Amino acid sequence: MDTYTFLIQLLNGVQYGLLLFLVASGLTLIFGIMGVINLSHGSFYMVGAYLAWSLTQHLGSFWIALPAGILLSVALGVLLEWLFIRHLYRRDHLQQVLLTYGLILIFSELRSILWGDDVHSVAVPTLLAGSIPLTEMLAYPVYRLWLSLVCVVLAGLMYYLIQHTRLGMMIRAGASNRQMTQSLGINIDVLYRFVFALGVAMAAFAGMIAAPVSSVFPGMGNQVLIVCFVVVVIGGIGSVKGAMAAALLIGLVDTFGKVLEVKIGGFRVLPELAGMSIYLLMAIVLLWRPEGLFARRLR
Amino acid sequence: MSKRSLVIGLSFGVALLLAFPFIGDRFYVQFVTKILIMAIFAGSLNLLVGYTGLISLGHAAFFGIAGYIVALYSPDTHAASFWTSLVLAVSGAALMALVIGTLVLRTRGIFFIMATLAFAEMLFYVFHDTAIAGGSDGIYIYERPALMIGNWQPLDLAHFVHFYYLVLALAVAVTLIMRTILHSPFGHVIVGIRVNEHRMRALGFYTFRYKLVCFVIAGAIAGLAGYLSAVQFGVVNPEMLGWHLSGSVLMMVILGGMGTLIGPILGALSLMFLEEVFQTLTKHWQLLIGSVIVLVALYLPGGLAGLLPRLNLRPKKAARASRAAEQTRV
Repeated sequence: MDTYTFLIQLLNGVQYGLLLFLVASGLTLIFGIMGVINLSHGSFYMVGAYLAWSLTQHLGSFWIALPAGILLSVALGVLLEWLFIRHLYRRDHLQQVLLTYGLILIFSELRSILWGDDVHSVAVPTLLAGSIPLTEMLAYPVYRLWLSLVCVVLAGLMYYLIQHTRLGMMIRAGASNRQMTQSLGINIDVLYRFVFALGVAMAAFAGMIAAPVSSVFPGMGNQVLIVCFVVVVIGGIGSVKGAMAAALLIGLVDTFGKVLEVKIGGFRVLPELAGMSIYLLMAIVLLWRPEGLFARRLR
Repeated sequence: MSKRSLVIGLSFGVALLLAFPFIGDRFYVQFVTKILIMAIFAGSLNLLVGYTGLISLGHAAFFGIAGYIVALYSPDTHAASFWTSLVLAVSGAALMALVIGTLVLRTRGIFFIMATLAFAEMLFYVFHDTAIAGGSDGIYIYERPALMIGNWQPLDLAHFVHFYYLVLALAVAVTLIMRTILHSPFGHVIVGIRVNEHRMRALGFYTFRYKLVCFVIAGAIAGLAGYLSAVQFGVVNPEMLGWHLSGSVLMMVILGGMGTLIGPILGALSLMFLEEVFQTLTKHWQLLIGSVIVLVALYLPGGLAGLLPRLNLRPKKAARASRAAEQTRV
């Protein structure tokens, strides 16, 4: 592997990791702050990608589709929280698992009714359609760089929101003691609704900006869901910092697992067993630190 | 429920199942066989989820590995022995559960869920991405194992009615075995672990060992279900180990009602029956299944089995006693 191929794979790995972070951060916030295991989180990613596809077609431009899609997904998040999720706060985790599993089925079928079961692709917006040449043979698409940049900016904004604003302070307070926060006069129900909608919007947004680089297909939500749970668990539940570290780690391991060639005793271990790599990583991390890399004391 | 109404209800159910091949046609007999196999599988997971408080999202690993063992053991040209293949498959699943259990039981809570998932997915990729057993297409079992006692073949596993009775007998046997286990001192210990592991440890129980034994038993029973499933369809593929199957069997347990012997049976029956009915109604049957699941999660915290006591079958005194017991448990 020469330097440029390595560089391209490195960029791909980082970009995949950053995208995973957008989805996983919502998952880890919803779990860490609200205590809800949300299996339907992958569906929001899938919904986002389909929104990007159909809105781009109807509105004519990817750039109009993005804000419209964000508004729709925030509305979806608020609606879902009000209809279902708010009944789950005091319930057993397994009830949450059951309900959100039901939501996966509902979303997948609604998607099938609204948009069909076909695989679609979204054109890269013309503004970012070019690529940067590295050698005569290799080039890197601008859109992927833009995507990574957007993810980094969003991650920074989220860090600022949680660590340095009044709202973030309330969110952190709500995570450590719900009742006490409520008795200090903070409307915790509204706060939770906001966190949930934020998580939904982040996942849907990740789906929207991922649509031009990966195809839009029915099973994409479930695929990303499991990987995001892996990210959340490796990073430590409720830790946004951990989610970032773990997402990058997973992105790199997964990408390089597919391109490196490793042989052990004549048997090709990589890329044959690349699919296994992230789970192996998770198993090792859990055996070494059973609560994830950035374990946070909950309650 | 009182013991009497329970016994009456159960014997009625078993009698109905015994008579079923005489009324149902081939399709329905095979369908009920499938439900019974899933009921065994869900029952084994319930030992972990409902009684010990260990939520596993990788239980299909043991189901699938047993299926693969029988498929790999069966020669293409003639039938393998039922007894040998069964013993191999079930002990293989148990051994796998021992290895995985030793590792994953170090974690708890959601980390346990994810650790079980991780190991099951690793196994999935071993079979999916390598040529050990046909890759993603899986492999066929051309000749069903032959059940022989000496030279006499009492049941032909390739015949759907014979196979139905075999599965029914095993399902009843497994349920009785689980009942015995749960009523034994061991059963009381694992329930104690679910309620309060710290206290059990303070009482001097080495809880890790109890959990591990329970994990192995559950893995072995899941292996039995996987063996039966592989023999029924004559084919195994990596989906048998995948997280989708682990997820749906977990749903059966939660939907049916955890921590009751009847719950997983109800869960397997209702989920598979509803799927079948909804599929005939509409192409978009998952919408209906999903809605049912959401409604159960919202309004029936005890699952479907939680409905049974509400039917007012048990005497008031017993109901009061169990309510009191539930309150003290908290």
